Amino acid sequence: MIYIIILTALLTLVSFIFDKKKTLKGIKKGAKQFINILPTLLSVIILISVVLYFISDDVLTEYLGSEAGITAYFSAGAIGAVAIMPGFIAYPLAGILVKSGVSLSVIAVFITTLKMVGIMTIPIEKRYFGLQISLMRNALSFVGALIVGIAMALILNYL
Amino acid sequence: MNYLKKHKFDFTIIFAFAIFVAYSLYFQFNPGIEIFEHNFWDFLKEMLIALPIMFVIIGLFDVWVSKEKVQKHIGESSGIKGILLVMLLAFVQVGPLYAAFPVAYILKKKGTSSVNIFIYLSAFTMAKAPLLTFEIGFLGLKFSILRLLLSIPVFVLLGIIMGKYFDKHKCTIKDV
Repeated sequence: MIYIIILTALLTLVSFIFDKKKTLKGIKKGAKQFINILPTLLSVIILISVVLYFISDDVLTEYLGSEAGITAYFSAGAIGAVAIMPGFIAYPLAGILVKSGVSLSVIAVFITTLKMVGIMTIPIEKRYFGLQISLMRNALSFVGALIVGIAMALILNYL
Repeated sequence: MNYLKKHKFDFTIIFAFAIFVAYSLYFQFNPGIEIFEHNFWDFLKEMLIALPIMFVIIGLFDVWVSKEKVQKHIGESSGIKGILLVMLLAFVQVGPLYAAFPVAYILKKKGTSSVNIFIYLSAFTMAKAPLLTFEIGFLGLKFSILRLLLSIPVFVLLGIIMGKYFDKHKCTIKDV
């Protein structure tokens, strides 16, 4: 993260040295877009925060654990599609789940749907792409994530 | 005024949440405090760091990079090279998926092909370098490599389907 911040600062500085006017115009354009999308972002992260409260580690272990059997894959796909987590939360959590008995193949389905599908962020996506394209992209990504997850499950279990 | 109107729904949620948090803090309502301090605060930090950076880069990209250049490298007839380039672009980025939408907008405006836009979005979700190090650390190298190898053909195919549909129905990416 920190190197991206430094890189951006350097880029801005170089840009500023080459052309002051152009740089300010660019930053202004970016800032305007940021301000325009900010309320939608805020309301989405509020909703996500509330939903995540109900998806605790215990709940996940219960639904994704070995006792859940084959339904664990469906739960993993469904929870992954709804939940949004930054990677620095999702991967440590996945690590904990594996330690508490969730199989790697179920984790594969969970991680792929978690990353590719974002039902909760459709309000943001639709401001750019419109509702139809957003729904379609999420639906197709869900199928794609399941294919990746199931293929991984097969390979991890039988190879 | 227009701004408030456009985000009527968003401001309602923000306002309700502010009241809920104030109430929780005042009456020591634990679930409320936890939602605010753990979940919301983490997301807010991520958002407030990753997004302004993204928007500065987008703004600079907008004024410096010409349409011809973008079109030539990742436009309609860029082929495999274009696909590899957008994947590489996604690979070096950070931030949540919603940070990729404004990037998609500016790339499209500059003449990137629709197929490449959707490949970029999928690649952005699945293959960011900083996250891969995390993934390898917690789930192992074998898991990461397998997931990447299986994901790439899936999201190229997904990009082609979405991109073709997008063009056929004359869709656009809106300026927010």
